Amino acid sequence: MRTVAIVGIGYSGFRSMTPDISYKELMYEAAAKAYDDAGVDPQRDIESFVSVAEDFNEGTSIFDEYVPDQLGAPLKPVHTIPGDGIHGLIAAHMQVLTGAMDIVMVEAHSKASNILTPTDVVNFAVEPIYNRPLGANPVFIAGMEMNRYLHCTGTSEEQCAQVVVKNRGNGFLNPSAAYGARLSLDTVLDSETISYPLKKLEISSRADGAIVMVLASGDAAETLTNVPIWIRGVGWCNETPSLETRDWEGATYARKSAEMAYRTAGIRNPWREIDFAEVDDTYAYKELQHMEALGLCRDGEAGYLVEEGATELDGDFPINPSGGSLGLGHLLDAAGLGRVLEVALQLRGESGERQLEDVASGLAFSWRGIPTTSGAAVVLSV
Amino acid sequence: MGMRKVAVVGAGMTKFMRRAQETGRELAFQATKMALDSCEMTLDDIDSVALGTAPDAFDGLHMKGEYLSDGAGAWNKPYMRCYVGGGTGVFAAIQGWYHVASGLFDTCLVVCEEKMSSCKPHPQGAFLTIFDHTTERALKPNLVWIFALEMNRYMTVHGLEKKDIARVAVKNKRNALDHPCAQLAADITVEDVLNSEVLAWPVQRLDISPTSDGAAAMVFAAEHVAKRVTDKPVWVKGVGWSLDTAYWTNRDLYYPKYVESAARMAYDMAGIKEPRKEIHVVEPYDPFDYKELHHLEGLLLCEKGEAPRLTADGVTARDGDMPVCPSGGLLGVGNPIAASGIMKLNEIFWQLRGEAGKRQVPGQPRTGLAQSWGDLMQVGCVVVLGI
Amino acid sequence: MSANIKSFPGTPLSQADFDAGKVLTTYWKPKLEYGWDAGVAISRYLEELKNGRIIGVKCRSCRRVVVPPRVVCEWCWEPMDEWVYLEDTGTVNTFSICYIRWDASRAKEPQIPAVIYIDGASDAGFLHLLDEVKPEDVKVGMKVQAVWKPAEEREGSITDIRYFRPL
Repeated sequence: MRTVAIVGIGYSGFRSMTPDISYKELMYEAAAKAYDDAGVDPQRDIESFVSVAEDFNEGTSIFDEYVPDQLGAPLKPVHTIPGDGIHGLIAAHMQVLTGAMDIVMVEAHSKASNILTPTDVVNFAVEPIYNRPLGANPVFIAGMEMNRYLHCTGTSEEQCAQVVVKNRGNGFLNPSAAYGARLSLDTVLDSETISYPLKKLEISSRADGAIVMVLASGDAAETLTNVPIWIRGVGWCNETPSLETRDWEGATYARKSAEMAYRTAGIRNPWREIDFAEVDDTYAYKELQHMEALGLCRDGEAGYLVEEGATELDGDFPINPSGGSLGLGHLLDAAGLGRVLEVALQLRGESGERQLEDVASGLAFSWRGIPTTSGAAVVLSV
Repeated sequence: MGMRKVAVVGAGMTKFMRRAQETGRELAFQATKMALDSCEMTLDDIDSVALGTAPDAFDGLHMKGEYLSDGAGAWNKPYMRCYVGGGTGVFAAIQGWYHVASGLFDTCLVVCEEKMSSCKPHPQGAFLTIFDHTTERALKPNLVWIFALEMNRYMTVHGLEKKDIARVAVKNKRNALDHPCAQLAADITVEDVLNSEVLAWPVQRLDISPTSDGAAAMVFAAEHVAKRVTDKPVWVKGVGWSLDTAYWTNRDLYYPKYVESAARMAYDMAGIKEPRKEIHVVEPYDPFDYKELHHLEGLLLCEKGEAPRLTADGVTARDGDMPVCPSGGLLGVGNPIAASGIMKLNEIFWQLRGEAGKRQVPGQPRTGLAQSWGDLMQVGCVVVLGI
Repeated sequence: MSANIKSFPGTPLSQADFDAGKVLTTYWKPKLEYGWDAGVAISRYLEELKNGRIIGVKCRSCRRVVVPPRVVCEWCWEPMDEWVYLEDTGTVNTFSICYIRWDASRAKEPQIPAVIYIDGASDAGFLHLLDEVKPEDVKVGMKVQAVWKPAEEREGSITDIRYFRPL
């Protein structure tokens, strides 16, 4: 099978608002940097363009229309994946694997600040006949799941809050992070309960930004960059959209995504064979639930690991060195690419103050947020 | 370097209806069940699912791909949604192709669903939001403007009259009389079209396909699976897609360059040098009658401005030299946006296998093409199938 | 069809079924509000419209002048940062006579949307409406002129131009 690597990276952001530029200009900034990084020209070299977007996050139907120009892609093969950034990356990856194209790019962005009724938008994704008429703020879905997770695994609220302290602290070292902060555990625990047991500071705030990556097949990759970041394995999975029949404990979508990613990467023991991970932390408890589902530790163990500092920057297995969504800001459909971005930067040695030592492989995993059970994973290495 | 061969082994669809009782999920289920049954496969045989569905605004759901996922058979499976506006139908097949051609999967179930009737007061209203939010929406444009502007440009540049175009509506609606799922099949005349209500001149009521609810599905499989499952696999010979600039007021609408671009990509992959000779049956996207002509030219199946003459001469009739829209197309069968693209691919699939019943074109076609179109008169998606 | 398949799934309903209350329906009217940042290029465009002027940009490489403005030339991948004031006259590239509104309801008086290539731009223009002209007199290639709202009514929107009328 062909090998595929990330050969160019560009990003813009991440800030709580970006009033000076339009979404087109945000995308352009990231694309210009990525193409420059890879040394490619969009019309001449890039053979396919994958964009990631959801209409209601943009406020435009058929948002796909507005994508090609600021990516330099008019009259080229362009398509949109309404999914997570990692789904987009995987779509680009699959296209290169077919052999039909050698150089493909993927783009995702967030203009969350332009959504004036964000809760209504999220609520608009809730099942319209059985669930939405109950009239609850959809964040209840996360509260309920956290409650079940704590109950089944014995994880404590303190352990969840520790994730916030860690991630916002990591964000403090990340110049791109919108919400870096040095918080104490008590500050997090004392923050307002939004949907028991989920607290305000455990919910990531949104940010604007754009991320573009250029992928290339083996031979092309080696000529375009000195540090190709190889895609070793990919996996993704949807469980069920139904609230009534889903697995409320174990994030099945994460387990299955990881299984496929490890299988395709030839990994048996992720904790040993992978050096660090960027894992969705839209809500603080999610980082712990996902760690277990991704097979990085046993059920119920994640809470202890974060408590002991095993997942800090200087720990055995750093999780979310970027700061995660809690620290960077939640980038909506680009959140997954935000996870991949950090893994790639770390592997390239470009993570500044948060740089981990001697890392050769990393895992990026994202989740599409409530009310979905949709996740995607990618294993990258140098 | 050889690419992995991928075949279509099964196909299914629901009726196309103005308003279905079924929810979007139920429609998706019905189509996928039929597609799987048609090749005696079950969900256990399916490694991955690709879904196409056009504006979320119709179904009244954000992230509607998630909502539809279980109806599409994606429970605990790798699932991805694609979206290129009206082009989504044929693009979903391309996505199914790259799932299997990548080598990651041996099978992929491709489903397209649309439930336009949920949108009130009229699904057409949702299209207000496809226009640029700052430079266009304040003018309160409506969907039909786009078609009218493009149709007028096409007619003006080539000096065409409405009757040259109306023949397509007559042909397709009549062809649809033989399609069991058809929503608007009818035996009409060119006069009927010319006398129908003017909606946005030059667009009249009978020039247009309806809004519809419906779903359609296909099963894609790698060679070794295809050969096991059926003795008549239909191979994906070539795929192509192309998206033109969003600045549609900065380009001449009389000719769809993006369709040509997509077609060349597909013909290149399929090794087709003379498309007019080598493609035996064609299903171009026909949401409006002039679009069939516009697209035939973009597909390089005739010279620019020539397509109306081909129609008048009967070349594109079912028993003509190059049958076009033997299914009845969107004009006759209906237009549940994404599902209509798969309906066209299903038609090519059945035609090549000799299973199209009363719609079968004579001469045992071996190569067929389906094309879809969408966004702001921007995207062309082409799939060439062959046996 | 598979000429084997005899019946296709799907249960069509009629408007009468709905009107008679035979169909259980759940209604939802969402509150979806957005405030889009206009950005560098379009902010200038809107400001100039407020001033009663149409402005475009020129590409450093291909020298094409376009409107509406943008920061990058989509073909050359070069910045478009040379601002060019355009005329407020143009040519009708295509048009329609429209009797239906955005929600599919019928209108007695038609609207005449058109793509107008603006004088000074390189075969580029924007969507707008024509007025002060009889539908049967509209022709592709017709020269038209913008009719502006009075200065105090202009807000920095494409509707600061009321419509275009024949020159």
